[in-house]
Amino acid sequence: MIPILLKIVKTGVVSEPTPQAREEWRSRAAAIQSDILQILGRALVIRQVDAGSCNGCELEIHALNNPYYNLEGLGIRFAASPRHADMLLVTGPVTRNMEQALRIAHAAMPDPKLVVAVGDCGKDGGIFGEGYATCGGVARVLPVDVTIPGCPPAPLAILQGILTAISRERR
Amino acid sequence: MRKILSPFADVSPLPGEVPAARARIAGAGRWTDAARAVREASGRLVALWGTDHRGQDGAFSVFAAYALAEGLCVAELAMHADAPAYPDLSGLFPAANRMQRAVRDLLGIEALDARDRRPWLRHGAWREDESPLRQDFARHEPGAPETYPFVRVEGDGVHEIPVGPIHAGIIEPGHFRFSVVGEKVLRLEQRLGYTHKGIDRRFGDFSIAEGYRLAGRVSGDSTVAYAWAYAQAAEAAAGIEPPARARWLRALLLERERIANHLGDLGALGNDGGFAFALSQFMRLKEDWLRANDEAFGHRFAMDAIVPGGVAMDPGPARLAAMARHAHEIELEVLQLRRIFDEHSGLQDRFITAGRVTPELAARLGLVGLGGRASGQAFDLRVDHPVDPYRDLKVKKVVYVAGDVAARVHARFDELFESVRLVQAIVAGMSAGEVRVELPAPAAGAFGVGWIEGWRGEVLVALEAGRDGRIARCHAHDPSWHNWPVLEHAVIGNIVPDFPLINKSFNMSYSGADT
Repeated sequence: MIPILLKIVKTGVVSEPTPQAREEWRSRAAAIQSDILQILGRALVIRQVDAGSCNGCELEIHALNNPYYNLEGLGIRFAASPRHADMLLVTGPVTRNMEQALRIAHAAMPDPKLVVAVGDCGKDGGIFGEGYATCGGVARVLPVDVTIPGCPPAPLAILQGILTAISRERR
Repeated sequence: MRKILSPFADVSPLPGEVPAARARIAGAGRWTDAARAVREASGRLVALWGTDHRGQDGAFSVFAAYALAEGLCVAELAMHADAPAYPDLSGLFPAANRMQRAVRDLLGIEALDARDRRPWLRHGAWREDESPLRQDFARHEPGAPETYPFVRVEGDGVHEIPVGPIHAGIIEPGHFRFSVVGEKVLRLEQRLGYTHKGIDRRFGDFSIAEGYRLAGRVSGDSTVAYAWAYAQAAEAAAGIEPPARARWLRALLLERERIANHLGDLGALGNDGGFAFALSQFMRLKEDWLRANDEAFGHRFAMDAIVPGGVAMDPGPARLAAMARHAHEIELEVLQLRRIFDEHSGLQDRFITAGRVTPELAARLGLVGLGGRASGQAFDLRVDHPVDPYRDLKVKKVVYVAGDVAARVHARFDELFESVRLVQAIVAGMSAGEVRVELPAPAAGAFGVGWIEGWRGEVLVALEAGRDGRIARCHAHDPSWHNWPVLEHAVIGNIVPDFPLINKSFNMSYSGADT
């Protein structure tokens, strides 16, 4: 026990400042009422769905949970069930083999069903494009609120995209 | 290689840095004879795939890449276009089962006498009579998902737990069907293919010079291994060699990828054992490591750093020296963490004996890579068939025989420390000079292979050049093809709550095996 406590004390707090939202990544004029945003604003539950990524985006979403990004400190956490989730965080070009599962997960969510597409594949199919096995991006299957570009986007960019989706739209 | 396969085939050496030969098997009957000879010589099946060659010589071909003591042997059987079929290999090499089913789904070529004829990659998005890898494939409207006949386990108190394709975490998708009595797993059956992206066909949209980007995204966690294997194949087909310094940088990238993934896995294994401290600590170290990649190579996973002809950038002496120092710092921290792991009785209780694969079972099923080495399968391409600079680096092979989660944890620690040594040795021993040469367009029909020991296991890329520098056919093969089926055996008799831990201890790629 003592070596564990020593290691924790010696490591200290490594969390870094929170980034700003990126309005240019917003793809859908969110019809979210401000009172909902006030509720969600400090406590967001995300269901992540890999819709056929190369797993690079998953590595970065995992990294988002490391101590540097202090995600839970922002009130953001990942849930196992879409029924508990405010946001669907989707990676991959959406393979035809995952299309139905993705739709079912989205249908199971309570409103307002925020959808964030992660990575170049989630954006438009990326390097895999659209073909016999891929739909060519999340927006082909679900209404997307925010799209985060990158292959894969770094954890900070993913956090910015998540924050953009829950920040009130400024027009 | 010639000795083993020449009775059945016309064997000729392949160009390139991988010790490899191509064996054109004469007649379907000898396909099985050749496979049996390989098995008797303790050879392994590395990959199996098919190609539509009707445009060139009017035939379909099936390829089986075998690992033999002398190197890689790519056996090829040409089949008549009217009735393409070949003898089933799954009796000799059980891992062939899923690969043969994938060949049938993508090319419409049957493995004769195969017992398991269920589709594998085809879930209903295309019809049974459509073959996406045939040159004359024209896409129809995508179909609806079809039901899959899982093997049922029946008896008093037996019930099924279906899991996935969407799993309860940030994980790739796949379906697991557990048949259990109480907490005890009687049988696990996997159904994968959910991340099938049609990569083999997609390669045809790229030139050979550009295809490395797609190869580097077959399995993102192994991007360096794939990009290097692709570069080997492209360079072999084009008949060029990368500059010496590029080889050193490639090895540096590969060992950095191994360290990054082992750090992540060790944290996740601790976490799955109920020890969240480990996840925080290891993920912190991994983040530091990835940020250093970003600084030196412009990408946290060093995607697109290895290109055919060399590497895309040279970090320069100051950054390289910093990498060697950083490796030493990480080593000191991981030494502390290993001591904490070893002395944590709760964690060890979860690790020891969980998910055991005996060396005998591992050999029979063909377990490879890190998982294989934790079950006595002492194969490591960096040692068995070293390319430069591994010839000079003299990698220490890590082998355990216990075959449980604990052995796979130990193997990760040991390999991580060995890779730290290698990073330091590479930085110290690196030669100066150019890091990239131009890749000329290979002649149409030129064939090359790449074969790299990634952190998970051996990655194979087979490349066939088309006209004007295009890719005629490229097959990228992940070691997960071999290790996924072994997981079905590893969990038998374990309790359901240990499954995530056992699964993580192998950490297979879904994307790599679904392609």
